[in-house]
Amino acid sequence: MDLSAINPLVLIASLMVSATPILLAAIGELVVEKSGVLNLGVEGMMIVGAICGFATAVETGSPLLGFIAAAAGSALLSLIFAVLTQFLLANQVATGLALTLFGLGFSAMLGQGYVGLKPPSTPTLHIPVLSDLPVVGTMLFSHDLMVYVSLALVAAVWATLKYTRVGLILRAVGENHDAAHALGYKVIRIRILAIMFGGACAGLGGAYLSLVRVPQWTEGMTAGAGWIALAIVVFGSWKPWRVLLGAYLFGGISVLQLNLQAAGLKVPVQYLSMSPYLITILVLVIMSANRSRAALSAPASLGRSFHASH
Amino acid sequence: MTGTEKVLLTVEGLTKAYPGVVANSNVSFRIMEGEVHSLLGENGAGKSTLVKMIYGLVRPDTGRMTLRGQVYEPSAPKAARAAGVAMVFQHFSLFEALNVAENVALGMENPPKQSELSQRIRQVSEAYGLPLDPARLVGDLSAGERQRVEIIRCLLQDPKLLIMDEPTSVLTPQEVEILFKTLRQLSAEGTAILYISHKLEEIRALCDEATVLRRGKVVDTCQPREKSARELAEMMVGETLTPPERSGKAPGPVALDVSGLSARSPNPFGTALQNIHLTVQRGEILGIAGVAGNGQDELLLALSGEIRTAKDAVKIDGKGVGDLGPNERRAVGLVSAPEERLGHAAAPDMSLTENALLSGAVRKELTSRGFIDWAKTRTFAAGIVKEFDVRTPGIGTAARALSGGNLQKFVIGRELSQDPSVIVVNQPTWGVDAAAAASIRQALIDRASGGAAVVVISQDLDELLEIADRFAALNGGRLSAPRPTQGLTVDEIGLMMGGAHGMEVAHVHP
Amino acid sequence: MFILEKRPNPSRFWTGATPVLAVVLTMIAGGLLFAALGKNPFEAIRTIFLDPLIGDNAWYYRAQLLVKAAPLVLIAIGLSLGFRAGIWNIGAEGQYILGAIFGAGVGLWFYPSQHWYIFPLMIIAGGFGGWLWAMIPAILKTRFGTNEILVSLMLVYVAKNLLASMAVGLMRNPEGSGFPGSRDLSAYPSAANLEIFAGTGIHWGVVAAVIAVIASYILLQRHMLGFQIRLTGQAPRAARFAGVKPERLVVFCMGMSGILAGLAGMFEVAGPAGKISIDFASGYGFTAIIVAFLGRLHPIGILLAGLLMALTYVGGDIAQSNIGLPSAAIQAFQGMLLFFLLAVDLLSNYRIRFNLKEAH
Repeated sequence: MDLSAINPLVLIASLMVSATPILLAAIGELVVEKSGVLNLGVEGMMIVGAICGFATAVETGSPLLGFIAAAAGSALLSLIFAVLTQFLLANQVATGLALTLFGLGFSAMLGQGYVGLKPPSTPTLHIPVLSDLPVVGTMLFSHDLMVYVSLALVAAVWATLKYTRVGLILRAVGENHDAAHALGYKVIRIRILAIMFGGACAGLGGAYLSLVRVPQWTEGMTAGAGWIALAIVVFGSWKPWRVLLGAYLFGGISVLQLNLQAAGLKVPVQYLSMSPYLITILVLVIMSANRSRAALSAPASLGRSFHASH
Repeated sequence: MTGTEKVLLTVEGLTKAYPGVVANSNVSFRIMEGEVHSLLGENGAGKSTLVKMIYGLVRPDTGRMTLRGQVYEPSAPKAARAAGVAMVFQHFSLFEALNVAENVALGMENPPKQSELSQRIRQVSEAYGLPLDPARLVGDLSAGERQRVEIIRCLLQDPKLLIMDEPTSVLTPQEVEILFKTLRQLSAEGTAILYISHKLEEIRALCDEATVLRRGKVVDTCQPREKSARELAEMMVGETLTPPERSGKAPGPVALDVSGLSARSPNPFGTALQNIHLTVQRGEILGIAGVAGNGQDELLLALSGEIRTAKDAVKIDGKGVGDLGPNERRAVGLVSAPEERLGHAAAPDMSLTENALLSGAVRKELTSRGFIDWAKTRTFAAGIVKEFDVRTPGIGTAARALSGGNLQKFVIGRELSQDPSVIVVNQPTWGVDAAAAASIRQALIDRASGGAAVVVISQDLDELLEIADRFAALNGGRLSAPRPTQGLTVDEIGLMMGGAHGMEVAHVHP
Repeated sequence: MFILEKRPNPSRFWTGATPVLAVVLTMIAGGLLFAALGKNPFEAIRTIFLDPLIGDNAWYYRAQLLVKAAPLVLIAIGLSLGFRAGIWNIGAEGQYILGAIFGAGVGLWFYPSQHWYIFPLMIIAGGFGGWLWAMIPAILKTRFGTNEILVSLMLVYVAKNLLASMAVGLMRNPEGSGFPGSRDLSAYPSAANLEIFAGTGIHWGVVAAVIAVIASYILLQRHMLGFQIRLTGQAPRAARFAGVKPERLVVFCMGMSGILAGLAGMFEVAGPAGKISIDFASGYGFTAIIVAFLGRLHPIGILLAGLLMALTYVGGDIAQSNIGLPSAAIQAFQGMLLFFLLAVDLLSNYRIRFNLKEAH
């Protein structure tokens, strides 16, 4: 094995790229869960976003339009979830699973003509001064736009939840929907908007996979990324900066594991490939071992249906 | 009351029907500025629906309201608040994981910045003798403090009409006094108060006018100070009530012996039990009072077996059962009925038969080698329905389809029909109409006379004084030493419940 | 505007009628989907739902129907126990794979000796493999309160990698000229899960599925444990009051679903699939979730739903070869079925009233 082939500089740069899809999906899901809704359909929304973005980018030649289409497509898909769970009071766990199963099939169907194609490449940004810095320039400041969009989203979600009235109302709805309703807040409307925001973010994450990270379209290409995003929300105990940390940790592990494969580590490839999933389990166990803290930080109404009855 | 005598709110012919029930039928009354007006009625009389219509949470089917002469049709609580109507809810509309200032901000239309808001919360809370720390998490506050948050949220909006839905059910007698001083101060400043309660002495002490509701209709109006509590009760219930009968038999040997019982709460914002001692003899009823959230739920769980503790912390007939689960304790002779009927004592979507099996399987031997004898279970359920006069279409009906009173009769009946030696109930008549409440109390007294040891945990002091032989109170997870009920004064009871919990007396302006 | 009104009692009529309504609605929406793909919707629906039953070669397809339905029903029965108790095992696919690996492992261990006890041992090993895999989320949940949905799901990906490593490593056929994949168990008489009656499609997995249906029916209707499962799902606090120990229930429900999924995997690898290969996992573990819900978590319902879902698989294959309908369209179709089911499910617990006045 040749460990010297692993360049820490490139490792960090590729870590950011590797973490971005999960980060995008996770920050969206965080908002959804903060509003008291558990949407297990992240995987389905991501893969639909992946194909919507891929197809649009290939057809129009514009990666930007691809990302926009991905966000719109997944938001639309999440609207199905919203209608089922918010108006028709369907079980959120079952509906989220349905969203994933449907999304996997539906995306495969949409993507039939796109297997094996190459998408237009997403340009990296050249930030004056910063990009030209030695070492950190290539490491941190020479990525494509979406990497920075994802970071900006984390900051925006954090500030909104902490400092704005919208954020306060969102947290209130997730904490106690009956009380929020009694005060006159539109619980269902707020939740639907949160669900659609989560859908759009998952779509962006999926499109990042198919347009930048891989970049091509294959069936089932998300390979559990959506589920890992869900796990990272738990890991981050519903706090935006911790979600960022979780996503980057996870990104680091996947990149390291790939690098070890490339460096020819004497472990069968399959065992390295399963490591990110095993580590996710480990992290979940560590986070949940401290039950009282987990119970305090989780939104109290998470996963419960709301039906105004008086 | 101020002398200006201007009409603030008129309600004319409000009607609201839900499927199968008319909650309000042609209700009319009016409130003057600065008046303390009481809505009096027993559970299910339609008081809550009525105030929800005034607060814009429910739209009336027909009828109209005016506020200061203007047509008043609030489409949402927001509109009601903008018009100067504020409401303190019976079940608090608070968010446990948010702090006091955030909770207050959520109830305001245009809240100022957090720092400024915190400042104003301090000012207003001190002016009315309701001290509060704006930065504390609401989940960590006592029930009385939580109510202060609600009241201050309302006061910051300078309301013309303040609606209070059963505000004293969570307070000790001393805290009630302080609240009344605050309310009188507000009234003197010109704020009208619509006060909802079924506690007659309070209404006599506080209110200028009363509108009495029964089955959704206004049956009477009066000036409560000129009526006796008994007259008010008869207006409210519509019939003469007979107090429960007691036999004066001497109690037998100790059946339930709790010593040094401590337990953590299963809920993040619950109250831990600390070193609880009590004994109950056969033939005796021990009443346990306390303001909501002082460990009542936890005490029931620790006695029923849902929380396990050291073996000898709980003894039944001398046998240590603290480490046993609910079914093992049932086998020894302890039955229990938790406060929450739907979801805890009974499964909402299951039939009465299935609900009979839920806690009756062990003592009534409804299973053999794990297989359920449904015929025997149906017989058991039918017996409960018959003996306890549960009004239901049949034993196949889902529990959630029963009215609160009927379901409570079923739940209590299910436990009492198992020939228990120890009975533990929490809030046995909460939200139950007067007739059903009377029959439940009588049933408990009868079982005690029959030789069972009974523990009644309740927030209704009148109930405890009526049926308990000895009396104790929970305060912050600790139990006061039980004392004979006879001869206790309200002041003594209040002190057992924790007095004023550090509240100041309102600075009433001269 | 319409408003929802909770029914005092769940409607018996709609409880039975909603799955049928959902199937009809899915056929309509699926027809539109197929039309959008440029296929004749009537022909597509007919090909999927009728050709396997009454078309040419129906004798062959009917046998296929049982072969496909058996694993779906087996897995779904196990899942339904957990789902009823509010325990969400989403990783049946992983347990199915582990059952196959363990079962095949025993068979390959004895190869080429012939003994009557090899196949029974494989059944035990298969169930054990699935159980073992399900115990991971179960123990983590009871011990640490870890979310079983995420853990069981992560383990699917771990299992898939394990399967791949078995196919190219430990279990690779030494006489397979280096291609991935194990020896053909279905050609090894002592280990083969053969048809019990030739031409019917009835193999031991079908028998196991029928036994599972009957046993779970008795458990849920007549046994205290089944009552506790239902109670825990509907009212967890009432279940504790009734003396249910939630931890034991989690272990039981996860364990049962693991065993049944493992058995399904074992019967599959020893029969229809024949060998451990990289693409052995075909998604039965996920489709079974749809089957469980479509069957309303009721054993008899699951039996019918499993047959219906098998029909879409078999019919989908025919549609693929005859009219070129992509297999992904069938997968989307199955997902849609679950959507519609969840949507109309509301009718059993709520009444819909149309209101001319604006509802508040």
